[in-house]
Amino acid sequence: MSGKIRVLVGKPGLDGHDRGAKVIARAYRDAGMEVIYTGLHRTPEELARMAVEEDVDVVALSILSGAHGTLIPRFVDCFRKEKGTAQLDVLVLAGGIIPEEDIPALKAAGVDEVFGPGTSTQVIVDFTRSHLKRPVA
Amino acid sequence: MTNLKTDAAYELFEGLIRGSRPHLSRAISYVENGAPGAAELLSHAYKARKGAMLTGVTGSPGVGKSTLVDGIVSELRKAGHTVGVIAVDPSSPFTGGAILGDRVRMRQGHSLDQGVFFRSLATRGHLGGLSRHTGDVVALLDAFGFDHIVIETVGAGQSEVDIMRYAHTVVVALAPGLGDDMQAIKAGILEIGDVFCVNKADLPGAERTRRDIEMMLAMREPGGWTPPVVSSVAVAGKGLEGLVGEVLRHQTYLVSSGLLRERNRGSSTAVLEEYLHLLTVGKVMESASRDGSLDAALDDLVEGKSGPMEMAERLLRRYRE
Ligand code: B12
Ligand SMILES: Nc1nc2c(ncn2[C@@H]2O[C@H](COP(=O)(O)OP(=O)(O)O)[C@@H](O)[C@H]2O)c(=O)[nH]1
Ligand SMILES: [Mg+2]
Repeated sequence: MSGKIRVLVGKPGLDGHDRGAKVIARAYRDAGMEVIYTGLHRTPEELARMAVEEDVDVVALSILSGAHGTLIPRFVDCFRKEKGTAQLDVLVLAGGIIPEEDIPALKAAGVDEVFGPGTSTQVIVDFTRSHLKRPVA
Repeated sequence: MTNLKTDAAYELFEGLIRGSRPHLSRAISYVENGAPGAAELLSHAYKARKGAMLTGVTGSPGVGKSTLVDGIVSELRKAGHTVGVIAVDPSSPFTGGAILGDRVRMRQGHSLDQGVFFRSLATRGHLGGLSRHTGDVVALLDAFGFDHIVIETVGAGQSEVDIMRYAHTVVVALAPGLGDDMQAIKAGILEIGDVFCVNKADLPGAERTRRDIEMMLAMREPGGWTPPVVSSVAVAGKGLEGLVGEVLRHQTYLVSSGLLRERNRGSSTAVLEEYLHLLTVGKVMESASRDGSLDAALDDLVEGKSGPMEMAERLLRRYRE
């Protein structure tokens, strides 16, 4: 019996753009993964709790509001606190409208990769599969 | 002899008993995936159960089960109970993937409440409206110490009878304008309800739906528990207090009538059957597929060289040798 890769697809902050998140959610499902979709307007604190309770291997945050610079690092902080470990054993991906020049700071904060408009979902799925941070239970 | 993998599972058990939520959630994954040590972890968990009350919420897709669960959790919290929630959604039969979307309806701030734990499960091919490991996940949440456990079923309508075997109280949710309600009633969902909830009472036709159910219920054999019918507008938080009141009243009734023990025997039977199935059917199929006899058997069946009963007996005999 093989375990399933579990992914939290989250929409942090006051951002109503949900097409990208839904495209990503479907792509992961079609790749055989279990996707927990959070719905719109979640705080980083809520997302961190959800990621822990659902024991996901991947957190996929979609942000088109411009608030990635504060929301994503806060998510990472909250997740570490919830988990009670300094080490980040979850793959953190971000996508949406995120300017090139903001990417280094996000990566320094713990984001593993950032994907912008037009990225093929196959690329995203393949990247996800090959960069998991821990063995699936 | 110590076994590293099993030690990891035991550590999960110790962690969850201590009240660590990350350990609880990892333990659930171990159990769902049948990871090494999961069986030992579970056998500890089953012994450590504290006797949580179990409420199931079932009904057709879209009637408002998830929204109701959110409201039920609020009411239980107000009454001072801690709550574990299990929400089940279907896996795709083609890819094995799933989109688990019940959290979208959780809007009342429970995601930051230490007294609430929410876990989404996919059916992973299991029929009957629940995941194969629902009973096991219940045991983990019970061992962790939640007072109440609320389970939302898939909502496939007709075949949703599994929940009755696991829950102490089954809430059947209905809504006007879904057309298939009457069909669901005919298909037997009426027999499994301990409490009926006509949700979306803000929409036209709700009174009519309510009258229909009351009429069907009136045709039941009298005696024992008479399932009440309540109305709600889950999106507006209306009627939830009444609903949870009836759920708690039913659970008090189960205790005072001695039926609780009977229900617990029922859910234990369900869990036991799952495991017997795994230990027998699972083992026979596994060994038959390993030595090629399954392949040969299937060829014979397809070509009409033998019947399924005869073949099953042959595989079983072969396994025993
Ligand atoms: C459609 C759209 C809308 C629709 C949204 C409908 C909906 N339900 O989603 C509507 C009309 C409602 C809308 C409203 C607004 N919008 Co608008 N909108 C767009 C538009 C044109 C397309 C977005 C889209 O759906 N793309 C299709 C999806 C599939 O692509 P995607 O989200 O980029 O996702 C892809 C990748 O980014 C990646 N991805 C995305 N998320 C993730 C996550 C992970 C983990 C990964 C791995 C990958 C990934 O994968 C996807 C597939 O390739 C963009 C412009 C643009 N070209 O992007 C503006 C845009 C996003 N909107 C913008 C603005 C300003 C607004 C408004 C504030 C406008 C206003 N003044 O009212 C409002 C705000 C609404 C709100 N409440 O948040 C700006 C944002 C500017 C910024 N962030 O700096 C943009 C960029 C337009 C612009 N150039 O100014 N919008
Ligand atoms: N009008 C109305 N809509 C409701 C009510 N309760 C839930 N809904 C909506 O019905 C839809 C399905 O709800 P959901 O809880 O996801 O249903 P589920 O599929 O049974 O879990 C959502 O759009 C809800 O907002 C209600 O009382 N009245
Ligand atoms: Mg639901």
